[in-house]
Amino acid sequence: MVTSNNELAYNSKIEGEVVVTRADAVINWIRTNSMWPMPMGLACCAIELMGTASSRFDIARFGAEVMRFSPRQSDCMIVAGTVTYKMASVVRRIYDQMAEPKWVIAMGACASTGGMYRSYATLQGVDRIIPVDVYISGCPPRPEALIDALMKLQAKVRTEPSANKLLSA
Amino acid sequence: MFATADVTTALKGKFPQVSDRPSSDLPAFNVPVGEVLAVLAYLRDEGGFDMLVDLTAIDWAEGASPRFTVVYHLLATTRGAYVRIATNCPSDAVPAVPSAVGLWPGANWHERECFDLFGITFAGHPDLRRILMWDGYPYHPLRKEFPLAGIETVLPDVEVAAETKAKVIAAPMAGGPFVASVGEMNLTDAEPRAKDESWNERKEKPE
Repeated sequence: MVTSNNELAYNSKIEGEVVVTRADAVINWIRTNSMWPMPMGLACCAIELMGTASSRFDIARFGAEVMRFSPRQSDCMIVAGTVTYKMASVVRRIYDQMAEPKWVIAMGACASTGGMYRSYATLQGVDRIIPVDVYISGCPPRPEALIDALMKLQAKVRTEPSANKLLSA
Repeated sequence: MFATADVTTALKGKFPQVSDRPSSDLPAFNVPVGEVLAVLAYLRDEGGFDMLVDLTAIDWAEGASPRFTVVYHLLATTRGAYVRIATNCPSDAVPAVPSAVGLWPGANWHERECFDLFGITFAGHPDLRRILMWDGYPYHPLRKEFPLAGIETVLPDVEVAAETKAKVIAAPMAGGPFVASVGEMNLTDAEPRAKDESWNERKEKPE
């Protein structure tokens, strides 16, 4: 006996609470919406970073409000400020202690290129010691710029082949 | 305790080798290096100069003799009077002066900074290590022969240096140093920029 199936849409009674999607999409969706920052506040950019986290700009709207001072619990290092050579080793070691997957935002002119500190004591861009995903211009950048960088980073993470990486790891 | 006006007479009466130092603001004296601690102790105990405001040094450039001068600024907190004491380091190659930590514990970090940036040793200092640059850094950055951009050397952490292949490099000057313009103009025009912008990191400076 053949009954005609005239249901065209999702039937919650039959299928339960099931949504079909791709593994990449769901993993990246989870990652982008809870990106815990490692605040590497080294200079005045850190003040803008604090401003971004507080109520007026509220980085919690983008799932990145949980500033973790332990590298083992964080996903995204925000290098906010001037990296001196003396501090460079520390930045690198903290980056090494972060669990994969991990990303880096270089916030402001100093972290990106050394900025106005073209001197004997300053690392000329944090990308000389750690891989940077997003650079922010400005001295210091406004909180909007940091939020924009976070959104750019989220857009980048959404395109990553996460499932493949997880399986091959 | 002697009053402000008497600093010169009191000091010269007690220490005949002390001489006046040209100064546009404070009473200032040149003191031989052997007497400097005695002069500082006398000013602190008899003159009421109870606070060491600053301790720094001057490099009079390579080849000059004496090359290094150590400068002390004292303040009498009860009456707001300052005095400046300067002493020349006897050796130009290995400059050294006695440490003032015994008189003011606050001299500790000032002397460490002086040692770090000028390479002046302070005899009797309890803990003479570098304070700003890292241990093992081979240069003294505030000496006149040291370029602002720095000199290529290795990173402080050998493991990180091996992992990243990064080095301490001479910072690219790219037409700099970057200086602010002075005068009546808007902030955009006055902000620090290179005076010579005809060259940059990719385009060599024309000789």
